[in-house]
Amino acid sequence: MTAAADKSIRALIVDDEDLARHVVRELLKTHPEIEILAECANGFEAAKACAEHKPDLIFLDVQMPKLTGFDVLELIGTDVSVIFTTAYDQYAMRAFEVHAVDYLLKPIGRERFEEALQRAKSRIGKKLPEPHELASAARPPQQFLERLVVKDGTRVTLIPIAKLDYVEAQDDYVALASQGKKHLKQQSIASLEACLDPESFVRIHRSYIVNLERVARIEPYAKDSRIAILTDNTRLPVSRAGYARLKALLDERK
Amino acid sequence: MHPLFTRGRFGLYLVAWIPLAAILTYLMASGGRMGWLESTVVAFPLCVVYAFICLSAWYSAKSAPLNATSPPRLWLTHVLASAFLSLVWVQLGRFFAYLLSRAPFFSGLSDRFSGQFPILFGAGFLFYLLAVSSSYVMLSLETSREAEARAMETSVLARDAELRALKAQVNPHFLFNSLNSISALTSADPAKASEMCVLLAEFLRMTLGLGEKNGIPLSEELSLLERFLAIEKVRFGARLQMQEEIQEESKTVVIPPLILQPLVENAIVHGIANLSEGGNVRLASSCQGGHLSVVVENTYDPESTPNRRSGMGLANVRRRLEARYGNRAVLRVVPEAQLFRVALSLPIEPGDGKN
Repeated sequence: MTAAADKSIRALIVDDEDLARHVVRELLKTHPEIEILAECANGFEAAKACAEHKPDLIFLDVQMPKLTGFDVLELIGTDVSVIFTTAYDQYAMRAFEVHAVDYLLKPIGRERFEEALQRAKSRIGKKLPEPHELASAARPPQQFLERLVVKDGTRVTLIPIAKLDYVEAQDDYVALASQGKKHLKQQSIASLEACLDPESFVRIHRSYIVNLERVARIEPYAKDSRIAILTDNTRLPVSRAGYARLKALLDERK
Repeated sequence: MHPLFTRGRFGLYLVAWIPLAAILTYLMASGGRMGWLESTVVAFPLCVVYAFICLSAWYSAKSAPLNATSPPRLWLTHVLASAFLSLVWVQLGRFFAYLLSRAPFFSGLSDRFSGQFPILFGAGFLFYLLAVSSSYVMLSLETSREAEARAMETSVLARDAELRALKAQVNPHFLFNSLNSISALTSADPAKASEMCVLLAEFLRMTLGLGEKNGIPLSEELSLLERFLAIEKVRFGARLQMQEEIQEESKTVVIPPLILQPLVENAIVHGIANLSEGGNVRLASSCQGGHLSVVVENTYDPESTPNRRSGMGLANVRRRLEARYGNRAVLRVVPEAQLFRVALSLPIEPGDGKN
């Protein structure tokens, strides 16, 4: 660390496989300007290390246990330069191409590595595309979100989609209601709606998406409007268009 | 070959002529000039002869297929043939009546019969057209049966090809990850890198030959799995723990090739790879009451998202088992709190595995 002053770029290596991290470390040996701050074996460590060290560049593996590379990106924000690494994932690759994000295919070749590094260097300080947009572009067609990742301060919560009761729009955020708790996440309700399985989730109102499984009954409220009463007695407004969507879906299920 | 020239069918064909002969008898007798006995004696033999003549209808129907012949031509062909053959028949009838009339009992029959020529000609004409239309019915039945057989054959071939492809399938993830491990080892541990290359080569070589085979002894699948696991062990290190409980007796049982490999691969990809701290894969096999029972069990994280390929491997295994054993093989998937278990039971088939 004595030469830390010469090191202009501070990097993090994130991969659940020891050998894969080793490859990146070896490739970085010829780059004295890059300082390896830490190596992380999972997404939680990566999120923590990011908060602690504020790196300039992250080598981020896509397939990792619990938190994927995309989840990590959601947690750490978009102010960091990222080079994704992946063994084989055609959808992720296409998402990277579309959003012009750097990525490396394993096994990683020297030439390709240098190229990606040069590009990443030139991007340091610039913002990344919205993580959830990137993540949804990387999902195979006809496949929906299976869980949500939320950060409350330093705590990371995973909400499996089946445990999501309803979603409420709040300005630039969405409040995710799950098991009696609400979690805030910075995303628009429309973009979240697009990631949810339309067979299970319905937009019942401009500001509400509900999990169909949780709807106990629907009652008339005022002229042209109704309210949905959930199994935990939460009451949500239902707009006229929302009621039509809800009814269509319920009829379909019969 | 005429379709009626098979056992049983020709008899039926002749039986079908009995009512026609009866009609002819009736027509001739009701004319008043011939008696009932005479009519019967003339009509029945004549109908037997005409039954043979009418067999030719099938050939003319075949040479003028319905969908490839213009209607005027079709009618012309068959009407001319009917008229001609009917005339021939009338001449034969005349000769027959002449022969009969030489017997004292039927004397004068020849003259009485000559008045019936128009009836005979008309009947012959219609009978032949009837034979032509029946021939078309037979032809179309035959075509549809052929089409059905062809469709069946095609689907069987398609299924075979698909199964071959499924058998030969090696997950590309596995290959890329292995290559990545080798790439890392070349600098970290060259000896190990070389060892890994050999393992990978052995594994690939073994899978290549298997696509051709219908069955292999369990021991062969196990030695393939040994390579597979050794490779994954390099990748996951201490995160992957293995346990094997193989009953000696079960090793000789013949199983479809690469039927366990996808299950073990799933255990690693969906089980171990999703656990930061790693886990355990247990493989057990035993023979019970004419069945081979294999269990692949792994620790897993029930909260983790099902991976993209999740279910594909299992569905493939299930389809292959169904195609081969029908309902005699059972594949049970039991996700417990921390353990994911796949239990496979398949009938032990006699044979040496070389079929």
